[in-house]
Amino acid sequence: MTTTETAPAPGVHDPDLLLQVEGVGKTFPGVKALEDMRFDLRKGEVLGLVGENGAGKSTLMKLLTGIYTRETGDFWLDGEPLSVHTPKEAQEAGLSIIHQELNLVPHLSVAENIWLGREPVSAGFFTRPGEQVRATRELLDRLQMSLNPKALVSTLSVAQQQMVEIAKALSFESTKVLIMDEPTAALNDAEVDQLHELIRRFITPSTGVVYISHRMAELKRIADRITVIRDGHYIDTMPMAETSLDDVISKMVGRAINTEARPENVRTDRPVVLQVSNLSTKTLLKDVSFEVYRGEILGFAGLMGAGRTEVARAVVGADPIDSGEIVLNGNTVTIHTPARAAELGIGYLSEDRKRLGLMLPLPVSHNIAISSMSAKFANGFFVRDKAIRQAAEDSRTLLSIKTPSVNQLVKYLSGGNQQKAIIARWLVKDCDILIFDEPTRGIDVGAKEEIYQLLNKLAGEGKTIIMISSELPEVLRMSHRVIVMADGRITGVLSAAEATQEAIMTLATHRTDAITTQKAEN
Amino acid sequence: MSTDSNVTTAAKGVRRGGLREKLQQLMALLGLLIIFAAFSFASPTYFPTYSNVISILYSAVVIGLLALGATLVIITGGIDLSVGTGMTLSAVMAATFIVTWGLPVWLGILCTLLFGAFLGLVNGTNVAILGLPPFIATLAMMLVAQGLALVISKAIPIYFDPVAHSSYLWLSNGELIPSTGFPNAVVVLVLAALVAFVLLNKTLLGRYDISIGSNEEATALSGINTKKWTMIIYSVAGVFTALGAIMISARLGSAQPATGAGYELQAIAAVVIGGTSLSGGKGTIVGTIIGALIISVINNGLQIMSMPQQWQNVILGLVILVVVFIDQLRSKRAATT
Repeated sequence: MTTTETAPAPGVHDPDLLLQVEGVGKTFPGVKALEDMRFDLRKGEVLGLVGENGAGKSTLMKLLTGIYTRETGDFWLDGEPLSVHTPKEAQEAGLSIIHQELNLVPHLSVAENIWLGREPVSAGFFTRPGEQVRATRELLDRLQMSLNPKALVSTLSVAQQQMVEIAKALSFESTKVLIMDEPTAALNDAEVDQLHELIRRFITPSTGVVYISHRMAELKRIADRITVIRDGHYIDTMPMAETSLDDVISKMVGRAINTEARPENVRTDRPVVLQVSNLSTKTLLKDVSFEVYRGEILGFAGLMGAGRTEVARAVVGADPIDSGEIVLNGNTVTIHTPARAAELGIGYLSEDRKRLGLMLPLPVSHNIAISSMSAKFANGFFVRDKAIRQAAEDSRTLLSIKTPSVNQLVKYLSGGNQQKAIIARWLVKDCDILIFDEPTRGIDVGAKEEIYQLLNKLAGEGKTIIMISSELPEVLRMSHRVIVMADGRITGVLSAAEATQEAIMTLATHRTDAITTQKAEN
Repeated sequence: MSTDSNVTTAAKGVRRGGLREKLQQLMALLGLLIIFAAFSFASPTYFPTYSNVISILYSAVVIGLLALGATLVIITGGIDLSVGTGMTLSAVMAATFIVTWGLPVWLGILCTLLFGAFLGLVNGTNVAILGLPPFIATLAMMLVAQGLALVISKAIPIYFDPVAHSSYLWLSNGELIPSTGFPNAVVVLVLAALVAFVLLNKTLLGRYDISIGSNEEATALSGINTKKWTMIIYSVAGVFTALGAIMISARLGSAQPATGAGYELQAIAAVVIGGTSLSGGKGTIVGTIIGALIISVINNGLQIMSMPQQWQNVILGLVILVVVFIDQLRSKRAATT
């Protein structure tokens, strides 16, 4: 590999290049989404593609699969000009894309999903389920995936569904290029390793992978080269081995970011605000006990399905609890609904912003005011719109929410600004305890930094923060203490000094054996 | 910078969003005017007359009242199939209270409105607490109400006494402003629409209604008691249904236990023509009233042109298809560009 990489030279079609994107442009009314975009994928490599949200990655993917039509530029696949009009044509040409949002049919089985639209048939009409299952089993064996071909997709974990998507993409014999858009957004570290193993097995001298991700540490491990794009423009391509993460990040955002900051001080000398004792639910949680101090950021780490989100949902009354006690500022409380939790000053920010956090078709102001509507923004039964707008404007200034107006529909905001709007919702509600579930999921690097600073500021002002996160660097960076969960139990509590990636992973995998045997029994 | 381009996309969104909503209402209004103009052209002597316009307004009253309640329910993302027969049952109850039991008219009206609220509450409970799909819950209520109306009345119409209950009949047929030929029923519809407008746009009920329809789970996690508010909204819809019952029975001078089925579909049609989304979170009262007027104009115009009754529903069905199709075409275009 050469030490300096230049931008791919236009007009030259190197036989070593598998996929070449050249001078591609796309305009939406009022916005230039892409301008002179280019990158090249060599045979046998994994190319990391990074850029902030809104940099144009999704647009580029949609152009490649023919969902959008490009206005300028060319695509070359294996030396041939590529021009497709539907994702199916792209797939037939050898280009498979695994989108961030999984495109599986939940009520069909693994096998049915993989062969959807090209089922083995007899007499041109009748399906052959046996043959389909056999082909699936063969495929899964080849990929060394342990999945049941007959299992309904709706019963699978997100990680397993991801596996199905990959299996589906690789079931096309013709697949030469695999493009993965944020494939690990919902995976824990062990699952990420598994995915990377799959990618390495897929790579041959005639195939290649474009790996789009926000997660720098992963790119470091899997990618050979990395291409940075920003604001619809090509920025740079670098060999991964010679590139520091800070370098990549500063190219992405156009400014330098310190990723090494750690919490300033430990807060265990403060009063206990919330104490949870022996919390159990019928489905997962067993004897979960912990306490949080005022001004503390308490991290919750663990693998997917360890029960972290379930703890949050049980505490705010979104899910029923079987037993357990919650003591808030010294008083025992019962919380049966999120409405009660909000009344007591506990706000929950879900991991799934779009599905469980936002009223997407409604204005930013509504999304900020909703929780305080009756307490702060109503004269009896009548809503005070002026007060809502004022509070929303104040929040917009306080949290620097980027929106042209608070009347803007919240769906048009970027992920980071949507998250800020939800934070504003609970601040307006005067919540003292904020439970953040994956606070930076799907948020670009620059906005992440802002969210981190905001969390630190809130904790500094005396808010109590519980932060559930699957990103270990985030947990380590933000938390004053870290609680690690596995299989519905707390397996350890670590101080900031004790918390290392290794220590957390050891505790998080504490009970994975038990989980595996349980699953096998099912 | 990316933030700048984000802001410009966003700003477009705002303008487009606001414009689209206005366009939606404008389209409905334009549709109403076009249909009106077409009938005026086809039948210039009988259709565009003062008395016929009043008769169009008059016949829009019942569908309009039912549609107002249905609008609030549909905005939650629900549906109310029981407004038609619920109206019949409420009318039978009104007659039972006033004629059979001899309650004073004002008390009978109050009891009828409360009874309507009760029917709505049962719907709301079945939806919010038992978690039944609104379609099923209100389909069951539609059948129950239809049956109960016949049981309670013994399948015989109950007549109001034109003298003793004249104040009841006056509610629909009287003229608040004398010798204008302008019936009180229309005034009632206008007042009810005002109330619905205020409820939807100025009160907590409206805010939570739209919020639940946009994302019920997120609204609940925001600390809103969505179950309670769903029940309240269905109950309010029940009050509008009962008001419709009072207006139709006062107009006919009787409670007719065998009618009413089919009104729910006309009411839903009015709501949909008015631009309220069946998937919830979006809708307007003005649109619903325009929708009710469109239906009334079509029925009236086709009658005047001596189109057989059977054909009226055919035409209405086609109008719904066209209106909703145009609306979807427009939102799809807005989404892809």
